[in-house]
Amino acid sequence: MKTRLLASIIAGFAGFATVGLAHADVTVISFGGASQKAQDKAYYQPFATTSGTKVVAGEYNGEQAKIKAMVEAKNVNWDVVEVESPELARGCEEGLYEKLDYAKIGNKGDFVPEAVTECGIGTFVWSTVLAYNADKVKTAPTSWADFWDVKKFPGKRSLRKGAKYTLEFALLADGVKPADVYKVLSTKEGVNRAFAKLDQLKPNIQWWEAGAQPPQLLAAGDVVMSSAYNGRIAAAQKEGKNLKVVWNGSIYDFDFWAIPKGTPQKEAAYKFIQFASKPENQRVYSGEIPYGPTNKKAVGGMDAAVAAGLPTAPANLTGAFATSTQFWVEYGEDLEQRFNAWAAR
Amino acid sequence: MTTASETLDAFSGGTVPLKKRLRQAERRKKLLFGALILPLAVFVLLTFVVPIASLLKHSVANPEVHDNLPDTVALLKGWKPANGVPDEATFAALARELDAAKGGPGIAAVARRLNREQAGYRSLIMKTARAVPLEAGVSTRNTLIGVDERWGQTEVWQALRRAGEPITPFYLLAAVDLTTDEHGDIAKAPAEEAVYMDVLVRTFGMALIVTVLCLALGFPLAYLMVSLPTRHANLVMICVLLPFWTSVLVRVAAWIVLLQNEGLINQLLMALGITDGPIQLLFNNVGVYIAMTHILLPFMVLPLFSVMKGISPVYLRAAVSLGCPPFKSFWKIYFPQTLPGIGAGALLVFIMSMGYYITPALLGGPKEQMISYFIAFYTNQTINWGMAAALSAVLLAATMVLYVFYARYLGPTKGAKAKAR
Repeated sequence: MKTRLLASIIAGFAGFATVGLAHADVTVISFGGASQKAQDKAYYQPFATTSGTKVVAGEYNGEQAKIKAMVEAKNVNWDVVEVESPELARGCEEGLYEKLDYAKIGNKGDFVPEAVTECGIGTFVWSTVLAYNADKVKTAPTSWADFWDVKKFPGKRSLRKGAKYTLEFALLADGVKPADVYKVLSTKEGVNRAFAKLDQLKPNIQWWEAGAQPPQLLAAGDVVMSSAYNGRIAAAQKEGKNLKVVWNGSIYDFDFWAIPKGTPQKEAAYKFIQFASKPENQRVYSGEIPYGPTNKKAVGGMDAAVAAGLPTAPANLTGAFATSTQFWVEYGEDLEQRFNAWAAR
Repeated sequence: MTTASETLDAFSGGTVPLKKRLRQAERRKKLLFGALILPLAVFVLLTFVVPIASLLKHSVANPEVHDNLPDTVALLKGWKPANGVPDEATFAALARELDAAKGGPGIAAVARRLNREQAGYRSLIMKTARAVPLEAGVSTRNTLIGVDERWGQTEVWQALRRAGEPITPFYLLAAVDLTTDEHGDIAKAPAEEAVYMDVLVRTFGMALIVTVLCLALGFPLAYLMVSLPTRHANLVMICVLLPFWTSVLVRVAAWIVLLQNEGLINQLLMALGITDGPIQLLFNNVGVYIAMTHILLPFMVLPLFSVMKGISPVYLRAAVSLGCPPFKSFWKIYFPQTLPGIGAGALLVFIMSMGYYITPALLGGPKEQMISYFIAFYTNQTINWGMAAALSAVLLAATMVLYVFYARYLGPTKGAKAKAR
């Protein structure tokens, strides 16, 4: 009786598996939220209509532990995953992701150079910017030095509760040039300098943890300025909130498509990535949420207003710089630990 | 007469001595009781003892380097830093083992572990792993030093040797703000990293304040409940228990709504003209104390109530009728009898507050985070389970010390002993 029950359960699972194979759906996991909505419109739905392969959309918070468990158990049912750059670098080293065959994706030269990596192809550029509530400040801030200036701009500020995208801004406010930020942060003196600068502002800081918080805090008037993800601020602006973005001193980074090692749907995964990397599709995505395309051809033919709001627009790139994946892979754990100890004091 | 002789027979021994029969009966009874509690014992073993044992093991376990680079670690045992970098054989073993671990989870584990000894060693390992296997016939030592000059310094080899021990005090020491210096002696951790003793003291301090607040609010409430007529007392009891049945998360969220800058409490205060601007009630200790006291109050009221219910009002009346003033009779006669309830309630509230995580995480700022926050940080964010386990072990030890103290000086057995004397 028991064995029969077990057998039928196994058969049931096997049935599910074959059903999955027969339809050849492709499971795409991204970070959810406003970005996933844009991905659905730009990639998932058109891919299903043109190729006949349905996209099963899922979301996660970037936990590599899940992917690790799947790959190690050799039971991979995620076919394409959106991954952030330090996680991609680590996962690639640890053998969690397939090494990409670019012949199946497109011409490497069509993409901005940073988007082309061994295990992942960049899909969009997002940015961490200085945002402020234009109703609450009299004069507009223009730099992180202004962010630190509590005399000229009284009121609370908000920063991400973590070392990443906080220490960089402290150094910028202390007069370090964008190009030198990671060089300075690699030294003990540089780290001390960043924390000393944060010490000055500590009584005025309200920390945020989730990307949805900064627009809320700004709109509610709890803080006058905040670091924030540019897409979130754009969404709040669409709702009619008078929030503004300062691109000077912003840090941009890539999100990538990667294929977990050992997925049975590798070919479909490649087809999806190829489709999602085409300039015309990336253009639709950027129209939905102001995250920049990685395919250089996508910028041409884009609506001028949309193009001007992207982190990759030439005007927005002045004074902006790319995050250093290598730096954060190397020093991240150490600095996050020290940041936590500092914040708790 | 026969019955009397049988009885006599039984007492004097008879065929089976009474003592033995009694022991058999006792043993049977014990076995029966044992069988009854067996499921519970197994449950406790599986869900409590085993996880705690594995947690304690995790706080000293150090398998990453030891398991993945066994030969290198073995060769390093005989190496003396004073004689400079290790010999060619050690270099060769390292190159061979890095090559074997390459591309799998092993190499990543080694790199992550070494990076904890010194930030920057992660890339050293990865870079070296990319360079191996080396061509035959070349000096491994010179080639590796060529790949990265750090292989020519003794520090990295010392770190490798430290990280290669199968058991490490590294995490436990770090959990109490200590570290080992280059000679292997115990030393204080650098000031910018030393935080856990402060956090532990803070955890105790916050738990103590919450306990005192719960006692101050709970004692009069419990007293009111025993003095009211039963029907009204039941009503009050329901009011105490009602929030108890609501999820902690829901109650915390409700407090956020009430306490925020634009929240009800601030609006009320401003409408009454008590303050001009909103008072910061959230993301500081005020909010955390209010919410924690609210959540933990039933744990104080219920034991107090059950003890007070058992105190006969006769003693108090007798004291008053003999001319003792009301407050003095309360203090000398009634209060001492409530001590077991105070002890039980206070211990319950104190120990529960020490492990609090979600309430300070949602309502407090970074300065209100208790030790559980750091345990969660290491478990989820940096995936440093050694550190998480070590902090848990410290919390467990602190709780045990407290419980032993309670059992010795305040517990119910202590009271019984005092009475017996």
